[in-house]
Amino acid sequence: MKTLARSLVLAAAAVAAISGLTGCTTVQPWERANLADFTMNPERDPLHAAMTDHVYFSREGSTGGRGVGGGGCGCN
Amino acid sequence: MTDAARPEASPYRGVRAAILVAMCALCGSLPLRAASLAVGQPFPSLTDFALEGTPPETAAAKVVIVDFWASWCPPCRAAFPVLEAVQADFGAQGVQVIAVSVDQNRGAMEAFLKRHPVTFAVLRDAGQKLVQRVDVPTMPTTYVLDARGIVRFVHAGFDGDATRDRLRAEIASLLEEKS
Repeated sequence: MKTLARSLVLAAAAVAAISGLTGCTTVQPWERANLADFTMNPERDPLHAAMTDHVYFSREGSTGGRGVGGGGCGCN
Repeated sequence: MTDAARPEASPYRGVRAAILVAMCALCGSLPLRAASLAVGQPFPSLTDFALEGTPPETAAAKVVIVDFWASWCPPCRAAFPVLEAVQADFGAQGVQVIAVSVDQNRGAMEAFLKRHPVTFAVLRDAGQKLVQRVDVPTMPTTYVLDARGIVRFVHAGFDGDATRDRLRAEIASLLEEKS
């Protein structure tokens, strides 16, 4: 009886966990209207993006950290 | 069989049962997805999906081009002049271009068509039922159908001149088949 109860509890816990995982879904190609919106682009303003990058690598001394050439000295 | 002869129950029996139940629940909760429409398969009838707009008569068409597009999709916009040229150049030979918009926002589609007017047929799959049935791999996707409505070629995405040249060559080859 104890084993049965334990099995039921385990089963309920597993179902709850798996049900939570299936909250993830794939956005189909025809459903991407909102994702394709201009405002969804985090770097839609090139000037702002350049300034943010400059502040970032100046503060962190991490020139090259975003894929450009450099030795990480922050002197480029 | 006596109790003494009965094999001892596995201590993991409960765990195994739990995993089995969880897997069943997972299978039940996953959406069933139809396979993408492939070359050699018949294209679904456009009249079965309550599309907005009047589907053109395709009974006499030798080649039908069905293009899935949306106003929010830049490559779809780039493909429109190519499709317009196909309709203009091959229309008299029995080629029919049908553009199926998957826009859920009707106003966005109409505004797009006002900016980019076309002469080929445009329908709207407002409920996105046809596009789900066809299960397009990307936007845009263009299907080239023969006179029997069989998918003969599929263009997933739009690759500029390369797509244009392939599309026109495929149309020419299908027209030759029928002549």
